[in-house]
Amino acid sequence: MKPEALIEFKQGADGLEIVGSGAWTAANAGRLDALVEAAPRREERHVKFDMARVREFDTYGAWLLERLLRSCGKDLVSPQGLPDRFRALFDKVHETNRRGVSPGIRRNWLLGGVEKIGRSTEGAAEDAVRYVAAIGAFATALGEILLNPRRLRFTSLVYQLDRVGLRSVPIIVLITLLIGAIIAQQGIFHFRRFGAGDYVVDLIGILVLREIGVLIVSIMVAGRSGSSYTAELGSMKMREEIDALRTMGRNPIEVLVLPRVAALVLALPLLTFIGSMAALYGGALVAWFYGGMDPGIFASRLSEAVSISDFEVGMIKSPFMALVIGIVACVEGLKVKGSAESLGAQTTTSVVKSIFSVIVMDGLFAMFFSAIGM
Amino acid sequence: MLDLNTSLAIRLNDLVVGFGDKIVIDHLALDVVAGEIFGLVGASGGGKSVLLRAILGLVPKRQGRIEIFGVDRDSANPHDLQELERRWGVLYQQGALFSSLSVFQNIEFPMREYLDLSPRTMREVATAKLEMVGLAPEDGDKLPATLSGGMTKRVALARALALDPQIVFLDEPTSGLDPIAAGEFDALIRTLHQTLKITVFMITHDLESLRTVCDRIAALADGKIAAIGSMGAMFESEHPWVRSYFRGDRGRSLLRRAAS
Ligand SMILES: Nc1ncnc2c1ncn2[C@@H]1O[C@H](COP(=O)(O)OP(=O)(O)OP(=O)(O)O)[C@@H](O)[C@H]1O
Ligand SMILES: [Mg+2]
Repeated sequence: MKPEALIEFKQGADGLEIVGSGAWTAANAGRLDALVEAAPRREERHVKFDMARVREFDTYGAWLLERLLRSCGKDLVSPQGLPDRFRALFDKVHETNRRGVSPGIRRNWLLGGVEKIGRSTEGAAEDAVRYVAAIGAFATALGEILLNPRRLRFTSLVYQLDRVGLRSVPIIVLITLLIGAIIAQQGIFHFRRFGAGDYVVDLIGILVLREIGVLIVSIMVAGRSGSSYTAELGSMKMREEIDALRTMGRNPIEVLVLPRVAALVLALPLLTFIGSMAALYGGALVAWFYGGMDPGIFASRLSEAVSISDFEVGMIKSPFMALVIGIVACVEGLKVKGSAESLGAQTTTSVVKSIFSVIVMDGLFAMFFSAIGM
Repeated sequence: MLDLNTSLAIRLNDLVVGFGDKIVIDHLALDVVAGEIFGLVGASGGGKSVLLRAILGLVPKRQGRIEIFGVDRDSANPHDLQELERRWGVLYQQGALFSSLSVFQNIEFPMREYLDLSPRTMREVATAKLEMVGLAPEDGDKLPATLSGGMTKRVALARALALDPQIVFLDEPTSGLDPIAAGEFDALIRTLHQTLKITVFMITHDLESLRTVCDRIAALADGKIAAIGSMGAMFESEHPWVRSYFRGDRGRSLLRRAAS
C-alpha cells in the first residue's frame, strides 16, 4: 500500500502553492516532519496554502504546519482552507513556541573535564563536613539516650537486630565455612612441599581470628544490611517521610539512625564470632578429609597456635567496623534527592564507601596492634 | 478491532474487582460516550481508583467485560492492545512522573517510544504541550522533585496528552490545588477537550469541577453506580449517599451559587 501524500509543493506562475491532504496526525508525524524539512527554503512572497483536504489533524500536524508557516515568513497569515473544526487547535498551537527552543548548553569537553574535577573536589569537601556533622549528631543522640535510656527505641532495635543479625547468620556461616575450607586446602597443598602440612592449623587459626573473620563478615554485612539501610532511608527521604518525622518534633537520627547503627554494632561482633568459628570448622573439615589430620589433633594444635589475643584483636575491631558501615549507610541514605536514579546511585556509593572504609580501618588497626605488640 | 468512530468510548459490563475476600467493585455496569467529559464521584476509599486501574488493566478483574473503543483486553490481539495504549493517556493521582527525567524528557518519553520523530520536533511539540497546560518553556528543564504540586499535575497532564490520545483518564486532577488553580485546571480541561476532541474520564471530589466541566456524572457507592446523569440528576437522586454528597452543606451552597 502506497502511503498517502501529505503535502505537495506546486510551483506555479504566480508563486508556490502548498497543498496539504490526508491525516496530519501523530502516526504520520515522522514522515510529515521530513516533508516539512524538505520544503523549498525560499522567502516566497507568493506562497499560497490549501489545507482543505486535510482529513485528520492533531497537535503534531498543527505544530508542523505552524513551523512550515513560520519558515515561509508567513507568521501572520493563516493557512487557507484549513477546515473549521481544526481551527481551535491550530490557534492554540499557533501561540506556543514563541520564545524559541532553549538550546542545550554545549560544553568544551576539556573544560567539562576540568569542571568535573572541580565539582568532585567540592563534593568531597562537602562530604567530609557532612560526615563530621552526622557523627556529631549521632553522638549527641547517643548521649541523650544514655542520659535517658527510656527514650531508646527498644522495639525498633530488636526488629533491626533480627533483620541484620539473626537473618544473616545462614549466609554468613555458609560463606565463611567455604572460605575457611579454601584457605585450609591451599595451605595444605603448598605447605606439604616443605613437609610442613601441619602448619596449616597456625595459618588458619591466626588468619581467621585476626583478619579474615571480621573482614569477610563486615564486607558481607556492608553489602547485605548497609545497602538496605541506604535504600530504606533514601526512599523515606524521597517521600518526605523524614521531613514528616522532623516536623512531629522527632529527631530522625534518634528514631531511624540510632537503632539501625546500634543493631549493627551489637550484631557484628556476634556475627564475627559465628563466622570465625564456621571458618575454623571448614578448615578442620578440609584438614581432616583432604589433609588426613584428625580433628582432635587439629583442636590441640589450634590451642597451641593461637593465643587469646588473636581472638581479641578480631573481636575488638568488629564494633568499629559496624559503626563505620552503619554511619556510612545512613548518611548516604539521607543524601538521596528526589529521583529514583539518585536512590540507586547513593546505594551503590554506600556499599563501595563502606567496604573501602572497612578495609582501610583494618589496615590502621593492623598498624595499631603491631605497635602495641598484640 | 480498535474502532475510533464508535459512539461508546468505554463499556463496562458486570464488572467485579476485589482483593482477598473484599469486593471493591461489585457487578458494575457503565457506558462512557465518546467525546464527553465524564465525572466519577464516590466516597474516599470507595473504589474509584481501583475501578480506573481495572479499566486500564492494572488490577485483575474477577468477572465481567471491559471494552475501550470496542477493544476487549481479554480477546484483543497484541497489535490492537498496542494501538489502544497509544490512544489513551493517564494522569495518576500522585502524578507518577519519572523522577530521574526532566519535565521535557517526561513529556517526550511516550513520543520516543511510539513515534519516529527528530529530537527537534519532539522538543518543539513538548514545548507546545507544556505551554498548552499553562507552564513556561523554562520549566521544561526542571526535575519532578523540584516542582510544586500544581505544576506536577500540569506536567502529568501534558505527559498524558503527549501522543494526542483519544481518551484521557484523570484521577483527581484538581485535588491539592488552590481554588483558583483548580478553576484554571478545569478551564484547561474544557479547552483541551474542545480543541483536541478527546473523551475525558475524570475522577474527582471537586463539586465545582463536576458542575463546570462534566457533561455527565456517575456516583459510585457500594461498588455499584448509584446514580448517573447530569448535575441535576444528582440533586434529584434518592440514594442516601448521593443525597448526602450533593445535598449536604457544601452541595447546597454550590446549588445556591449556581442558581444565583
Ligand atoms: N492493592 C490493593 N490491595 C488491597 N486493597 C486495596 C488495594 N488497592 C486498593 N485497595 C482497597 O480498595 C478500596 C478502594 O480504594 P481506592 O483507592 O479505589 O479508593 P478511592 O475511591 O480512589 O479513594 P480516594 O478518593 O481516597 O482516592 C480501599 O478500601 C483500599 O484499601
Ligand atoms: Mg483514589
